[in-house]
Amino acid sequence: MEGLITALGLGPTLELLALTPPGWGGNLLRGLVNSIQIALGAFGLGLVIGTLGAYGKLYGGPVVRDLLAVYTTVVRAVPELILILILYYAVTASLNNALIAMGFGRIQISGLAAGIAVLGVVQGAYATEVLRGAILAVPVGQIEAARAFGMPPGMLARRITLPTMLPFALPGLANLWLIATKDTALLAIVGFGELTLETRQAAGATKAYFTFFIAAGLLYLVLTLVSGWLFGWLERRARRGEPGHRA
Amino acid sequence: MTGWLQPHRLVMLAIAAAIVLWCVFALRWDWLAEYWPLLLKGIWTSIWILVVTTILGFLLSIPLGLAQAVGPWWLAKPALAFCTIIRGTPLLLQLWLLYYGLGSLFPQYPWIRQSDLWPILRQAWPYAVLALTLSFAGYEGEIMRGAFKGVPRGQLEAAKAMGMPRFTMLRRIWLPQAIHRALPTLGGETVLQLKATPLVATITVMDVYAVASRVRQDTFIVYEPLLLLAVVYMLITGVIVLMFRWFEGLLPTRRA
Repeated sequence: MEGLITALGLGPTLELLALTPPGWGGNLLRGLVNSIQIALGAFGLGLVIGTLGAYGKLYGGPVVRDLLAVYTTVVRAVPELILILILYYAVTASLNNALIAMGFGRIQISGLAAGIAVLGVVQGAYATEVLRGAILAVPVGQIEAARAFGMPPGMLARRITLPTMLPFALPGLANLWLIATKDTALLAIVGFGELTLETRQAAGATKAYFTFFIAAGLLYLVLTLVSGWLFGWLERRARRGEPGHRA
Repeated sequence: MTGWLQPHRLVMLAIAAAIVLWCVFALRWDWLAEYWPLLLKGIWTSIWILVVTTILGFLLSIPLGLAQAVGPWWLAKPALAFCTIIRGTPLLLQLWLLYYGLGSLFPQYPWIRQSDLWPILRQAWPYAVLALTLSFAGYEGEIMRGAFKGVPRGQLEAAKAMGMPRFTMLRRIWLPQAIHRALPTLGGETVLQLKATPLVATITVMDVYAVASRVRQDTFIVYEPLLLLAVVYMLITGVIVLMFRWFEGLLPTRRA
């Protein structure tokens, strides 16, 4: 093994990628953990906003539906980077103004919380559309039967709509998860220490640009492949009991 | 009442107009007098980068899609690997890999520094164009693969039965129908490409987002440049959506 590594000339590369200092591998892995944390938080917040938005668009009044249409159109038309900057500055400034008006001191919102909030709002707009399409695909007869039985709306959503719409929503949600993991890279521009920023710092310090960027690319690819496998398992589980498509 | 213009919409339009008027009169726009030439140049840079990378990326995606749809395994597998790598890694990472990686590699070779390409390779925009083109081609390759497979095989078999050479069949039957199938998705992907262009500001290309950052650094005005930027991007998005709707209208499609 050692002989093969030395023969391929990979010795210095593996030293750079070592897990403990002076290697930078530990930094990269810490950045990856940060990225996954932000992606999980943003995806979860996006799901919550998306569920509320989908129900609002389907069952809400005309004003609610128009406001949600404005929300999804604006968020899907403006670049995420601009949204991140606007929301980051606007949310911290207005929160601090409100706190000062109420007599408290300013607080410093951590980069993690701000990143999760902003990316969650962006994910919420896309999730609204995905979940709305999935809920529309639920057979109408099932919902009508539940209403005929006098099921309250909460129980109807919990027992019938959400489980039935899950197989229709999962492909879109898998896509959204991958978008969330890649959008965390944008937070490198506002200086939050996730994988892309750590990679640039490591590469800038050691001048081994290709090594670190390719290592980070491999980490993202592993994340993508594992996510694909996980969502495939989730979809098979959500579709259990459905008749197969082969004749 | 006509269908679209209902009472609550009138109220919402009035509120929106009031918000716009408040923004125009209450926020600070004095910086526009000094920075408007730079702003126009930034908008032009954003638009030409979008147009060039979209066209080049689309041209590259056609062989990628074709190779995956009908190519032999030694063409299909590399194309699939390329698309998977591009779609699995963030665009910012790819952009920085090309800019910092190639950008630090090229100056090490004297024959590159003395070549005629050096004045171009010294600047940042070729790396931005390359990264955005490869990214667009990676995503479109998947879409074109589906589009090529979606054209009914009967048409291709009829062309073969008539003795049409393969390239003529591609040029006259397969490619136009595949493009027409992919047009709605292509419109959406072009809007996504527009949303990816601000990233080139991180490698010192002066697009409209870089101009807004510059205004913010010079004058410490935070919101107004960003709001104007959001409006500019929404306008360009509207233009792209209308353009693709016109493209789709060129070929009549049967609506069920």
